[in-house]
Amino acid sequence: MGRPPNFLELSLFSVMWSEHCGYKNSRPLLKRFPNEGRRVLQGPGENAGVVSLGDGWALAFKMESHNHPSAVEPYEGAATGVGGIIRDILAMGARPVALLDSLRFGPLDEERNRYLFREVVRGIGGYGNAVGVPTVGGEVEFAAAYSGNPLVNAMCVGLIRQESLVRSRATGEGNLVVLLGSKTGRDGIHGATFASDELSEESESKRSNVQVGDPFCEKMLIECCLKLLDEDLLVSLQDLGAAGLTSSASEMAASGGVGIEIETERVPLREGGMEPWEVMISESQERMLAVVEPEKAEAVLEMAERYELVGAVVGRVAGHGDLRVLHDGEVVGTVPAEHLADAPVYEREVVRPAYLDEIPGLDLDTLPEPEDYNEVLLEMLAHPNLCSRRSIYGQYDHEVGTDTVVVPGADAAVMRIKGTTLGFALTTDGRGRHCYLDPRGGGAATVAEAYRNLSCVGAEPVAVTDCLNFGSPEKPDGYYQLSECIEGMARACEVFQTPVVSGNVSLFNETDRGAVYPTPTVGMVGVFEDVNRHATPGFKREGDMVILVGEPIGEARSPSLDGSEYLEIVHGKVAGIPPKPDLLAEKKYADLIRTFVTSGIVDTVHDLAGGGEFLALAEMVLAGGIGFEYGGEVERGELLYGGRGDAGLFGERGACFLVAVPESRWDDLQDALVGAAYDFIGYTGGDRFKAYDLIDLSLTELRHAYERDLFERHAPEGGHIG
Amino acid sequence: MRIGVTVFPGSNCDRDALYAVERLGAEPVELWHADPDLKGVDAVIVPGGFSYGDYLRPGAIARFARVMGPLERFAEEGGPVIGVCNGFQVLTEAHLLPGALLRNTSMRFVCDRVRVRVETNATPWTAALAPGDELTLPVAHNEGNFFADPETLARLEDEERVVLRYLENPNGSANDIAGVCNEGRNVVGVMPHPERVSDPALGSDEGLRLLRSVLVGAGV
Repeated sequence: MGRPPNFLELSLFSVMWSEHCGYKNSRPLLKRFPNEGRRVLQGPGENAGVVSLGDGWALAFKMESHNHPSAVEPYEGAATGVGGIIRDILAMGARPVALLDSLRFGPLDEERNRYLFREVVRGIGGYGNAVGVPTVGGEVEFAAAYSGNPLVNAMCVGLIRQESLVRSRATGEGNLVVLLGSKTGRDGIHGATFASDELSEESESKRSNVQVGDPFCEKMLIECCLKLLDEDLLVSLQDLGAAGLTSSASEMAASGGVGIEIETERVPLREGGMEPWEVMISESQERMLAVVEPEKAEAVLEMAERYELVGAVVGRVAGHGDLRVLHDGEVVGTVPAEHLADAPVYEREVVRPAYLDEIPGLDLDTLPEPEDYNEVLLEMLAHPNLCSRRSIYGQYDHEVGTDTVVVPGADAAVMRIKGTTLGFALTTDGRGRHCYLDPRGGGAATVAEAYRNLSCVGAEPVAVTDCLNFGSPEKPDGYYQLSECIEGMARACEVFQTPVVSGNVSLFNETDRGAVYPTPTVGMVGVFEDVNRHATPGFKREGDMVILVGEPIGEARSPSLDGSEYLEIVHGKVAGIPPKPDLLAEKKYADLIRTFVTSGIVDTVHDLAGGGEFLALAEMVLAGGIGFEYGGEVERGELLYGGRGDAGLFGERGACFLVAVPESRWDDLQDALVGAAYDFIGYTGGDRFKAYDLIDLSLTELRHAYERDLFERHAPEGGHIG
Repeated sequence: MRIGVTVFPGSNCDRDALYAVERLGAEPVELWHADPDLKGVDAVIVPGGFSYGDYLRPGAIARFARVMGPLERFAEEGGPVIGVCNGFQVLTEAHLLPGALLRNTSMRFVCDRVRVRVETNATPWTAALAPGDELTLPVAHNEGNFFADPETLARLEDEERVVLRYLENPNGSANDIAGVCNEGRNVVGVMPHPERVSDPALGSDEGLRLLRSVLVGAGV
């Protein structure tokens, strides 16, 4: 700038060059992600990524973290996380049609973790239910590494006609800048900076940095903006998120190659006496910024009034390329917009952390083999990481909008597009423990899990959004984990041809107890040409044949207890390195499974994930309310992998699926299975889950363990039960 | 037949209701909260959502919306009106229906599918059903716990004005009440969402069986 910035200008830089807005630690690494593909209409760089669905329809989607606010004020932190991501989608011109949430907390035996969990779920419901966007999916996981530093990642998906996409770039010198939505207050000042620091005792005092959400206002904002776009009254549109007016205005200006002048006295304020710098960096929620041609301004303001929103012309597009702040006609700050949008980049050395060489190996010989597998299965089904999520999603409206074809509880949510046969599927996945034990393998496995989940329901996976939740990049461990996870994810995305089209980075997830598990979460979307042909995990008929599809046991891809759910839940151990995902096998089998569904041969599919084959089978029994008896072509001895029941029943392996078909379809399925490895493992029927002398449990017993209310006051603790 | 759907600020099932009307083969008509009349519709659905953000109390502010004047006259003249979820709450606040809807006893929002039994077909919204019919309908609410004083409850039962009854009570409602009607029997309020199950593509169109009654009653 050629001169020292004044206080206001410094405030602008301080928020815009925070990690949250500027990605100064992560930008060079993010370049590793593939972001182009056949269906990609908009990659990174806009408010959300966009992919085409066919017939002129497109999906805008993005995931974003709200970890830090949720750690200190969980209800509002989670609620405004939902509100914020909805506005990102709205800024593309799309109608928000689905929400998902990827959540992580410390174990429920700590009161603080129970409080955070309960209030985050309430906050998501409180906002999402009222705003009228269904919450159709997500995931939750508990581990000590998240104690005091929960991860709250919200994903929103919006539907739009391809030709109606809007961009955020400001154009047209002399055009007006209109602020729509709520009034601006002092809430959330320096929220972005707060979100870019470690959490400490002091963080409690930063509650005032957390914004307060008003879903009613957001609902009005959605309807108003969609109507304004529909009537062609806007040149461009941008949401106000982190760093408020500063980031919106400077990003709109920088991407349009123009300047924007904001007159702070014209911004409708919630309270008196706000300084211009406060107005510029306030993170008051439910606001959008639009560029409007002068002759349309009146119509825009009238529309805002119709929707009971505050609307005001607060500035104009200028030719000078600066973000210029004026107050009562006097220039109080002026900064080149592209400088604000161009934070410095820190490239750091990637050093392998010592802890990776100290992870204890798993020696099965020292692991006592359980005597009663019924008890083990029940213990696993009742564990907070594996039990039913009904007590969570039952608090979310997942059906408003009447487009939810497959409701929560399946491998992925399935949505339709009214008036067409088209549909799409959505999933979020994360594998923190795996990424901790093996950052590169875990990163790839995260993407593979999402790819499997979409394939299970029958959707063709097309693109990815992600949230990279890590500890401090200023510490070698954190930076290494970030860099290696990205490498693993990028490779998987390349193999699967699922480019990363949007995302967000949340670093400094650390407390005085240390960093969270490195936890990249992936939101993946898939498409259906005919949404009526989809599959779900629950058994649907008595007498169906159940087939395990995947590379044969005994080869390189054997079930493994290394880093497994079984090992942690039953033996309290985090040890061993999970097997490296075989990306080609993952793709081969997932793509094959999908063809069974889209050709209408199969309507019952589930993949093997945490807890291995027997957890997956139990889930299929529970979801369908129909029993299963192991038999078929797999002898008892073959089930004891390496002579051990636990490895066979609960060992985890990738690229593996369970499908169920009526015998009348068996010939068709066998034809479709040519070239694949598979085993016929038994028939559905009755009301028990039985496997030789290893497992014999009634549906009632299974339900009693699985259908737990995670919010019960005296919920069994994470780790061991009973 | 033209069926109106009121739209208050914060209504969020209005589009779903309009879609269900279309599925019925009737003509959907949007009734904006600030409209001075009902545009000559033959029946009205007051849809679910969070009108005015549910601030103060669910339905408490919506009842003062401009469109409520003509709606009240329409109801008094015997016009068929159904309030769904938040719409039920609005109609009780407007004293078009008895009772009130309190917080669920679980103190949680509940989104689920529940079985209900049709208790009377002597209303325009259940005329095509038979008493004893069972439907599985979605619920999604925070305040669905029907409350009325004992005399009112007794009257509702005596006069067979309980329209739907839960077979699995999701919210603690008195007498498992899921829906009631007014004395004139033309105004009905239900907590479950029939409009959400109006399409086999979503697995069920049991809600249409209920809504279709209004066409049958009108001889359409």
